[in-house]
Amino acid sequence: MTTTASGNQMPPLRRRLIVLVTAVLLLTGLGTGVVLHAAARADRANKPRSGDPAVSTGTLTLDQKRRLTFVNAAAGPHRTAVASVPSADPGGGRTASNLKCVRFYAAAGTGICLQSTPGVLRQSNRALLLDANLRTLRSFPLAGTPSRARVSPSGRFVAWTVFVSGESYSSAFFSTRTSVLDTRTMKLTPSLETFSITLDGKPYHASDINFWGVTFASDDDTFYATLNTANKTYLVRGSLSRKSVTTLIQNVECPSLSPDGTRVAFKKRVLSRTDLWHEYVLDLGTLRETPLAERHSVDDQATWLDNDTVAYALPTNGKVGTTDLWSVPANGTGRPRLLIADASSPAPL
Amino acid sequence: MYLTDRSTPPRADSGQRRRRGLGSRAAPVVFVLGTVSLITDISSEMVTAVLPLYLVTTLGFSPLGFGALDGVYNGVSALVQLIGGHLADRVRNHKLIAGLGYGLSALCKPLLLFAGSIGTLGTVLALERTGKGLRTAPRDAMISLSTPPENQGRAFGVHRAMDTTGAMLGPLAAFFILRAATDGYDAVFGVSACVAALGVLVLVLFVPGKQRGAQAETPSAVAAETDTDRPLDARTVPAPRDEQQNAQPAEPSTATGKRPVDLREAFALLRLPRLRALAGCAALLGLTTVSDAFVYLLLQRRAGIGEQWFTLLPLGTAVVFLLLAMPVGALADRIGRRTVFLAGHAILLTAYTLLLWAPATPVLPPLVLALHGMFYAATDGVLPAALADIVPEQLRASGLAIVGTAQALARFCCSLAFGAAWTVWGDGPALAGAAVGLLACASVAGMVLRPTAGTRS
Repeated sequence: MTTTASGNQMPPLRRRLIVLVTAVLLLTGLGTGVVLHAAARADRANKPRSGDPAVSTGTLTLDQKRRLTFVNAAAGPHRTAVASVPSADPGGGRTASNLKCVRFYAAAGTGICLQSTPGVLRQSNRALLLDANLRTLRSFPLAGTPSRARVSPSGRFVAWTVFVSGESYSSAFFSTRTSVLDTRTMKLTPSLETFSITLDGKPYHASDINFWGVTFASDDDTFYATLNTANKTYLVRGSLSRKSVTTLIQNVECPSLSPDGTRVAFKKRVLSRTDLWHEYVLDLGTLRETPLAERHSVDDQATWLDNDTVAYALPTNGKVGTTDLWSVPANGTGRPRLLIADASSPAPL
Repeated sequence: MYLTDRSTPPRADSGQRRRRGLGSRAAPVVFVLGTVSLITDISSEMVTAVLPLYLVTTLGFSPLGFGALDGVYNGVSALVQLIGGHLADRVRNHKLIAGLGYGLSALCKPLLLFAGSIGTLGTVLALERTGKGLRTAPRDAMISLSTPPENQGRAFGVHRAMDTTGAMLGPLAAFFILRAATDGYDAVFGVSACVAALGVLVLVLFVPGKQRGAQAETPSAVAAETDTDRPLDARTVPAPRDEQQNAQPAEPSTATGKRPVDLREAFALLRLPRLRALAGCAALLGLTTVSDAFVYLLLQRRAGIGEQWFTLLPLGTAVVFLLLAMPVGALADRIGRRTVFLAGHAILLTAYTLLLWAPATPVLPPLVLALHGMFYAATDGVLPAALADIVPEQLRASGLAIVGTAQALARFCCSLAFGAAWTVWGDGPALAGAAVGLLACASVAGMVLRPTAGTRS
């Protein structure tokens, strides 16, 4: 190489090696600096800051009443831990558990915690089924990044959605996978994609089927979810016993069923091909949609605090990767209200 | 075919070849380009490994809309490859165009940090793919031109093995950083940029520039000897030059390498019957090559692999690919590149058949992944290696780009068709259709690419 074609054009090998070694040293230094900087920032995030809400370690059980659980995002040692506040005073002192989750939900003494930790070759993700004392009953490996989690009102059924990406090797590829667990029999349905689909009244098969955002009715059979296929999203009503879903209307994502079972809060894409959504409430009897008073784009599966109020996460102003919880009346009136700062995954007990 | 190959003793007995056989079998520049690819792949796979996670957890994007764009990017990348190949031949400086491609991709890494919306992120990723498309053909042309014709398969095998090694080290590095610094995606992108810069530097420092021009003016001993030893129809330069002149009799100076090539000459490549045959067969077989994503999805569904293994399936393919790329490339040099290329597709057909049959055995997933990796080892580097005998030196990058683009676009069409077939008939019938299609295409390709007497590959 150095003798034939390049001999007359390239600087001598020694000089090139010196340049290479110098560059390696410089780039190594720069890379190390960048990593150390990020590590220091991660450490800072684990130290409490003045002005942040008070978080104390305490016992948190899922059979407590009139409390609101959430994943705490305030800086300090309890960052990403499941915490709770009194429902009547959500801005008050937070009681944090030792359980750390990306996404959390709980109902009737059953909890579900989706965790995500860096492994050797990929992110290691798992779902933990929890009893009322937040002890792990079962652990399930997940195929991708945690996204949504729900527990049925009775506490019997649990559902979660993850984003799956066929990483590296030649093609990027994204899909969602939604699993449903019967905690009584411990039978897991790994993917809702195996359910039979009726789309606009006709049986439907496709390779590009994605489900996400399950919400359960109180009969422990009916559920609602988002179905995406051929670049369209549908609200589906499903039956766990019949292993089937039927589409109801289009452009509905992340449904959340009201406690009385009559309405569904959901996010509706404002413009196709953009990540902008507006939160709506759909009356299941009349299929009438009511836009809620929140003007910001909501990318969350909302939670009903009671039959008149829904709560959801919004990105914190000026902070990347942090959200606040907000609430808004479910009938389209009123104004959004800050519920809990630096928090996500609301679940009323 | 093996017998035919052995019956061409004059070249095999050349002293030059024997001397090469004892020392390193691939030219140093192949190792340098392999190193550049290894480093660059570490850099880009670091980003690829954490990008979905970054999108979902930090930027809060829902990645479904993002996936739809991916196919478009791949199409763009394939077309840019054509431009890169032609430009490299036109300015007669493969290193320059490859360097621009590597440089563009490297510049995109730090830009990722500032991409806060799906629009800007999409633009940065599109630029990154453009860089990848730009560099592929000139890089492969440099490998091709720096290696004697009888060692092409091995050289491309070495390069592909090093490339895949980098692709496997990338995620390892990325998750090491994420463990050291929670949510340190900016650190991953920053380190990725440093690594990419190192790759460009190695290219600039250690890859000889203006390679083909220099060779054309002072042909090396290897090229000269090979030319006189090889049967007429398999000669590297003279044979295509004849065809070239037949096509364009008004331009006798075409093949001297002194004058820049223009677009017409690049198109005239398509008049070379052997290039047309190879490009046509690559496209035909590409039309029935189900994309990796679908293969893993099928494997997951039909073999019932646990959720936690799903993201590790591409790793199985990559390990087999990197282990076999070099030996299979060397085998292709001995028994014929077209033979191995076709055998690779027969292996893929076996994998499809196994997936269709789906016997309830725990060895099914590793077996299918091994076959999938063998398919890549027998085709990915062997196809460009097969071009060395066909395309004249001054148009090598254009020729590689034509075949590469034909294959990539055909595979893209296959993805669309396979997705549609899955939608209408379900996964089993869609796979059966792909298998029947592959059998038909491979049979046609087998007829077209059948080695003629006296021709080695």
